[in-house]
Amino acid sequence: MGALKHIFWLGTKELRAVLSDTMMVGLILFTFTGMVYMQATALPENVNHASIAIVDEDNSSLSRQIANAFYPPYFQPPEQIEAGMVDAALDAGAYLFVISIPNGFEADLRRGHQPEIQLDIDATAVMQAGLGDAYIQNIVNDEVTRYLSRADAETDLAIGNEIHRAFNPNGTMSWFNALTGILDFLNIIIIMLTGAALVREREHGTIEHLMVMPLHAVEIALAKIWANGLIVLVAFGLSMSVVVEGWLNVPVAGSRWVLMLGATLYLFAASAIGILLGTVARSMAQFALLVLLVVIPMMLLSGGISPVESQPEILQPFTALLPSRHYMSFSQAVVFRGAGLDVVWPDLLRIAGMGVVFLLCSLLVFRRSLSAAS
Amino acid sequence: MSGQPIVIAQGLTQSYGETLALSDVSLQVPTGRMVGLLGPDGVGKSTLLDLIAGARVMQQGQLQVLGGDMRDARHRRLAGPRIAYMPQGLGKNLYHALSVAENLAFFGTLFGLDRAARQARADRLTRATGLHPFMDRPAGKLSGGMKQKLGLCCSLLHDPDLLILDEPTTGVDPLSRRQFWDLIDTIRADRPGMSVLVSTAYMDEAERFDWLVAMDAGRVLATGSPGELKASTGAPDIERAFVQLLPEDKRGDGTTLQIPPLRDDGAAPAIAARGLTKRFGDFTAVSDVSFDIRPGEIFGFLGSNGCGKTTTMKMLTGLLPITEGEADLFGKPVDASDLSARKRVGFMSQAFSLYGELTVRQNLDLHARLFELPSDHAAARIDTLSARFDLGPYMAARAGTLPLGLRQRLSLAVAVLHDPEVLILDEPTSGVDPVARDEFWDLLVELSRGDGVTIFISTHFMNEAMRCDRISLMHAGQVMVVGTPDEIAANSPSGTLEEAFVQQIEGAIAAGNTGTAPDLAPPPSPAAPHADAPVRPARFSITRLSAIALREWRELMRDPIRLAFAFFGSVFLTIVIALGISMDIEDITIAALDQDQTPASRQYLQAFYSSNTFLEQPEILTRDEMITRMSAGDLTVAIEIPPGFGRDLQQDHEVSVSTWLDGANTTRAGTIEAYVEAAHYAALEDAYRRAGYDPDELATFNIENRYRYNPAFESIRAIGPAVPAILLMMFPAILMALSVAREKEIGTITNFYVTPTSRVEFLVGKQLPYVAITLVNGVTLLLVVSLGLGVAFEGSLAALVVGSLLYGGAVTSYGLLISSATRTQVAAIFAAAILSMMPTVQFSGMIQPISTLDGIGRLIGEVWPASYFMHLSVGAYTKGLSFVQLLPDMLALAAFIPVFLIPALLLLRKQER
Repeated sequence: MGALKHIFWLGTKELRAVLSDTMMVGLILFTFTGMVYMQATALPENVNHASIAIVDEDNSSLSRQIANAFYPPYFQPPEQIEAGMVDAALDAGAYLFVISIPNGFEADLRRGHQPEIQLDIDATAVMQAGLGDAYIQNIVNDEVTRYLSRADAETDLAIGNEIHRAFNPNGTMSWFNALTGILDFLNIIIIMLTGAALVREREHGTIEHLMVMPLHAVEIALAKIWANGLIVLVAFGLSMSVVVEGWLNVPVAGSRWVLMLGATLYLFAASAIGILLGTVARSMAQFALLVLLVVIPMMLLSGGISPVESQPEILQPFTALLPSRHYMSFSQAVVFRGAGLDVVWPDLLRIAGMGVVFLLCSLLVFRRSLSAAS
Repeated sequence: MSGQPIVIAQGLTQSYGETLALSDVSLQVPTGRMVGLLGPDGVGKSTLLDLIAGARVMQQGQLQVLGGDMRDARHRRLAGPRIAYMPQGLGKNLYHALSVAENLAFFGTLFGLDRAARQARADRLTRATGLHPFMDRPAGKLSGGMKQKLGLCCSLLHDPDLLILDEPTTGVDPLSRRQFWDLIDTIRADRPGMSVLVSTAYMDEAERFDWLVAMDAGRVLATGSPGELKASTGAPDIERAFVQLLPEDKRGDGTTLQIPPLRDDGAAPAIAARGLTKRFGDFTAVSDVSFDIRPGEIFGFLGSNGCGKTTTMKMLTGLLPITEGEADLFGKPVDASDLSARKRVGFMSQAFSLYGELTVRQNLDLHARLFELPSDHAAARIDTLSARFDLGPYMAARAGTLPLGLRQRLSLAVAVLHDPEVLILDEPTSGVDPVARDEFWDLLVELSRGDGVTIFISTHFMNEAMRCDRISLMHAGQVMVVGTPDEIAANSPSGTLEEAFVQQIEGAIAAGNTGTAPDLAPPPSPAAPHADAPVRPARFSITRLSAIALREWRELMRDPIRLAFAFFGSVFLTIVIALGISMDIEDITIAALDQDQTPASRQYLQAFYSSNTFLEQPEILTRDEMITRMSAGDLTVAIEIPPGFGRDLQQDHEVSVSTWLDGANTTRAGTIEAYVEAAHYAALEDAYRRAGYDPDELATFNIENRYRYNPAFESIRAIGPAVPAILLMMFPAILMALSVAREKEIGTITNFYVTPTSRVEFLVGKQLPYVAITLVNGVTLLLVVSLGLGVAFEGSLAALVVGSLLYGGAVTSYGLLISSATRTQVAAIFAAAILSMMPTVQFSGMIQPISTLDGIGRLIGEVWPASYFMHLSVGAYTKGLSFVQLLPDMLALAAFIPVFLIPALLLLRKQER
């Protein structure tokens, strides 16, 4: 009971410390609103505004029909370029795709000669290249088929395949991007906030003051965790209701309370990481670097930017140790698939378990780091 | 009083928020004198000195220093080199990672001394101060007294006409203090024209000064020589004269402190130490210290700076583990994990260790809660203490904004809040004015004699030591003598404790067993041949700029851990990110709801199952099951084949299957959709082949797709070269922002305020080492990406190197811009990390080309240096572009340098607000 009171009262001090720093509060609010919105809406489609050029040596009605089939938002209006410009344009990164339609394409097609269209793809744009290739092939196919069906009405395709997307029927990118963005900011802000609070206590000597009071190290750590966690949790709730559901109109399929529970557990785990880093670092500069070392992989390998399944086998066991990965899978399941606790509990359990482990680690090095610091 | 006054102040008024620091101060300070500024804490002494030194922006009034207006930036620039300013705080304006010699060289260069002159003067000054044997020691490792001497040397290097010292001897032991003032006397004897302006909390020092300014509550009470002040008030010494000058309600009770004798009832000692020893590595901080402190005793701990007093106290509180020996509290060994023992001890550390962002009342409340005082008792106790310590008017003020003396009072109030039986106080009165100190001691005596609290206190004030029951004198980790103050004082020729102290320590030094004490040989004359005509400092000096760059470089090199983090960290991250980010998906879970169950349907599905991309799962039996399994995330793709599929196909009816795919992760869904379509076409082609057609012949035309630059379409060839752009944006920007914020937080920024350093010199000088580090880091990452990750480098190496250099310039300029808008290190880290990480990862084109972005994201991407460096890096690596082809990127990167640097320069203030 006494310990809980200590944790509570120490935590109020943490709350005051953060809330009294207007710049910090402003930055947190801005990240969870403006930056989440920015990140969510920056890319509305998988293939969006892709720059495309056409070398039209055929100059037939079909080749013009093909050129007209590329339009926003997926593609920028195609630009006509000369054959000799293709290499230079790709080198400069002016276009992601260049379609070359050879002279006599339409005529050859009519004669059944199987003419060839060349598609040059800038393969350094990893995501757009693959998807854009498929899009372009479909579009050209459709146009040619339409052209030929006008010419002779015979279709060869006997089986159709209707593809539906579950949970996000229109494939609206901002839904998923918003979740990724929130996780990124949740992660970096809570780790920095708790860790920096600890480093600052040590740099200012106040930690010694706490250590001569009848307080356990775990109480000091937990106080920081709940107070900073609460601040970020409020920002999270705000972001979910105002930005995600409000501005972005993302339908939340699952229970909001389950979502809050998951966020709470995640904040616990991530703030424990912050405490651990704050304990290990000897100075603010070292702390900043350590945070980067931890946060960037947590962010990039969570499955938000590139799917977890794409990670190489050797990396997978390690990324399984990142709480961010489990949170990503949890929040997708709840927000889009409407999963309940019965489905997501393994993820929650893993997140909480990791939090406990991180906290125990930091307690182990706590006193040692204290004596080493003086 | 001869000549023009060196300082003429007229109606100076300065306020911080609601606090009035100076109120209508008018003053004329005579030239060529040693002028003392006296007054309690928080009366505006430091503010006044800041203004005179030009370190702070003036609010109201007029101030002329050295015959010019201090509002005029041009005059400040010209007068700057003639003024030397040593701010309050031990070694506050020194660079602790730099050695004594390097500190001196740095300050000498800032003031435009050439190498020979610098060395000659540094040599003379360090010999005179006894610092000469320690030229290679880092300033941070010097004792407090020596730091102050080094600060003085740095101030005197350029022969200033006005030397301003803000409480130079606060927290310095008596021997070092004596040496310090002797040194000032010697210097003044050689340079009689130099004026010295000193603020001090030691009234006994005031007798040394030629002319005094007594201040209180932002006002000047009186000016004059010590004799005049004493005569006008009829007081026998300055201390009492000062008290007489104060308004009546501030004079204290005026009675001399009476300490009732300690009753010795033969009880067991409250604190006992036996052979206490503490070693840090091979340095012995405390060696074989033993003492017994009886309950209710006031036990004083005296000794030179850095002699081990604080370490001993920390061992007694359990903050530091004991290397050897024993320490007992209340008859039980000190145990860091024994919480009940901690409730019986109150500790006050040397540095202010309360929460500056909480108010006085919140600090007291918090501690009452943590010590679990019952709430009614706590409220009463807080009221009593706030009355006793005169904290009443400040209860709602934030602790961090209070002047030093008030903060010390608050610290003591917190330390005694829970009625501890033992109080361990580490220099609690350092920097506290005499009246407040007397009140403080009133309370200690009451606690000791009234409540029987045992008090273990360390101090540099001899009159405080005289009030202790017993004192112990420590030097170099060892206790030299323990006894009552009178006994110890009686051993010295003059019979004073100070004399005894100095004698003991000098004796110990003479015995030559320490090697840490100053050289006490008679100081040679520190005076240097003095150039008569003052040198006009240039507006811009490449020498000053390189001095700052060199200093920053040295500080960086002294923290190898930070550098190692930056280098190994970026290598580690490059590998992890480059391997981890990949758009190719394998093992997509797939299952079918086959309502047809004919060979035709199974053949169709086989095209999916046989592909490496998909991983077949047990068949789905019902539609509900399909929904459940997809919701649980067990299935990514579900194919529904309608009944009659095989029959319709045979009858050449059009048939259609439905594919459901998990659209939660939109990016992934897009890729999977493409895979599903590919597999579907493969199924169709199989069907044609079975029907005896060659699908290739059926095709009306072909599309030949060529994946340029990366024919195998491996993510790593695109991501690998992009990763350095991300990392080189973040690490240097954060380190750069921190480096400026750190100077602000620690206080070395004052050197920028009061020396002729210009803004460009300061910022660009600090920037250069980080640009160099970015370049080296860039080359390291180049090796990692090309050798470690096997991404062939095909383009212009020169372009990448030049690009890295320009990128380093742009990124560090961005760091500088962030730092100029933040005050604390925490804020700098926060702002730098968030404001550089997000745009770089999301909008610089690593995953999505900028041209495909929408809205603000695109705008940010287009005006973000990382985009251009990424473009350049990918171009140089994968596209194999030449130097000329990459020139536009290099020009864009170069353009970012002024874009960030100019606002940073404009935002940086040459004076504190």
